Amino acid sequence: MAFNPIDFPVKVNLDACIADKGCTVCIDVCPLDVLAIDPATGKAGMKYDECWYCLPCEKDCPTQAIKVDIPYLLR
Amino acid sequence: METQNIEVDILVIGGGTAGPMAAIKARQKNPALKVLLLEKANVKRSGAISMGMDGLNNAVIPGYATPEQYVREITVANDGIVNQKTLFAYAENSYAMIEELDSWGVRFEKDENGDYAVKKVHHMGTYVLPMPEGHDIKKVLYRKLKQARVDITNRLVATRVLTGPEGQVAGALAFDCRTGVYTVIRAKAVILCTGAAGRLGLPASGYLFGTYENPTNAGDGYSMAYHAGAELSGIECFQINPLIKDYNGPACAYVTGPMGGYTANARGERFIESDYWSGQMMQEFHQELAGGKGPVFLKLNHLAEETVANIENILHGNERPSRGRFHQGRGTDYRSDMVEMHISEIGLCSGHSASGVWVNERAETTVPGLYAAGDLACVPHNYMLGAFVYGRLAGESAADYCAATEFAAIDAQQVEAERQRIFAPLTRGQGLSPAQVEFKLRRLVNDYLQPPKVARRMEIGLRRFEDIRADLQKMAVSNPHELMRAAEVGFILDCAEMAARASLFRTESRWGLYHYRQDYPERNDTDWQAHVQVRKDRSGNMQVFKRALEPYLVELEEAEKKVYRQLRIQPRQTNSSGDHYGV
Repeated sequence: MAFNPIDFPVKVNLDACIADKGCTVCIDVCPLDVLAIDPATGKAGMKYDECWYCLPCEKDCPTQAIKVDIPYLLR
Repeated sequence: METQNIEVDILVIGGGTAGPMAAIKARQKNPALKVLLLEKANVKRSGAISMGMDGLNNAVIPGYATPEQYVREITVANDGIVNQKTLFAYAENSYAMIEELDSWGVRFEKDENGDYAVKKVHHMGTYVLPMPEGHDIKKVLYRKLKQARVDITNRLVATRVLTGPEGQVAGALAFDCRTGVYTVIRAKAVILCTGAAGRLGLPASGYLFGTYENPTNAGDGYSMAYHAGAELSGIECFQINPLIKDYNGPACAYVTGPMGGYTANARGERFIESDYWSGQMMQEFHQELAGGKGPVFLKLNHLAEETVANIENILHGNERPSRGRFHQGRGTDYRSDMVEMHISEIGLCSGHSASGVWVNERAETTVPGLYAAGDLACVPHNYMLGAFVYGRLAGESAADYCAATEFAAIDAQQVEAERQRIFAPLTRGQGLSPAQVEFKLRRLVNDYLQPPKVARRMEIGLRRFEDIRADLQKMAVSNPHELMRAAEVGFILDCAEMAARASLFRTESRWGLYHYRQDYPERNDTDWQAHVQVRKDRSGNMQVFKRALEPYLVELEEAEKKVYRQLRIQPRQTNSSGDHYGV
């Protein structure tokens, strides 16, 4: 399921994300460890569909590149 | 798979709430000790309070409450099945812990005189202290961990406690959920602070991670304590919560109650006297639905704009801040709409109810060198502040224990057997995915264990759980992350089996909906005014037995004994002169 175009809760603005410059804040803080660097873009993204919509990734991102939506099943 | 070896005096497993406090207090008690805090996620944002907390539910503050009063309240709220010594140890240390957290920079609500602004939510006493700015609590803890020079390791999944020749603690086994490195940690003492079993029932949404508890908390510590030979207690006293439907997060009547919000039926009428969470309260919720007056709602739409804005500010900024966008997505506005609630799936959590690893007033389990604190330790209704207090007690007790104890020998056979067990799914190539096995297991938990309970259903459930146990041997994964999920299915299964066996054993009804047996609908104090314990016996079987209550330290008054059994609001009554009284 990794890095495919399906609608996942964690949306990353690729222009704002600085993971390719070495930032791993969102990946570090995620309690479920669902984020990783997408090898195709060098940016952060959701690797596992296991989001608790708890928001540390969004809150702690230094460039406000992340927006978390409520998972579709709960919306 | 590569192996790393670590040796420390005290290993704390779980870096959420109780864990950091235990590690800090152990180091403060004896700075010569080597203390390692092991976390499955990242200590900065892990556990139940990853995004902060909006209040203390059980603050025992002089002028508002006494330890004796609190012990009586929780004894009644938990239908008499408590070890009052453990409640006392919490209550007597509660205020000092608030003062210490305050000095560390945790912000509590205060009045214009600088006194704590305590609110009444419980049925009898006054114990709720709001924390409208409680979102920074993990940052405060992290700073203190650094100051205390606690070693931290993140992304390690602990799977078993190692035991020595006398059955005492020898350390623990873990693996890294990113690299897969197997880790053998030798320790004199282990403190389990792994939180609730929050992934036990399947949420009605069908989403595995749509849980009330942080879903990293899969019941790891319950399972580890069980396999180490420790007693667990009150497992049949499930956690079932009144939650926002689908979002499955707290509706927070506690927070809104002091400001005028309340739980209401479909007509907008209040039907319970107290919104404090208890099995009896959940029973009334259940009956309101059965009586055709549902759904049940959180009602705020009668409040003034300033009050609603204040409530939004608190609820959408702390603990579960995404609830604001959930409501937005549904077009729900507190000003005009009531918030639809539902009865959650089951979990195990002593923070809210009573199911946990048995501990005494020093946070010692029945296994020498093994301690427990927080949601997984059986100290009924102990919430976040209880986790901090018992974290402190566990850290200090473990530090004392280390001073008088040598390292136990590591049993190479245990290390090897666990390596085989835990890494097997990586070597199978093809098989069942952990997500599928977990979904089916948790669906079975709903089908067979969700109250009301009845023996025949639970017996069938146990048979189906045995089938799942065979399926554990067929799981296949391709990386360490999925291996973590596979290990968690094992924890969940152990919790499900304990939940079924403990529930079958207690042949009476108690704690309202938490243990409502349709085949034994009455409470039976003659036979069941006792704890129900679960333990792994020497031949590896699950043993369930009674443990007598310790004599109470504070006797209950006749009038208060039944307070939590009369939660339904009674219709207005008329006296002889025709004057109305009542609410």
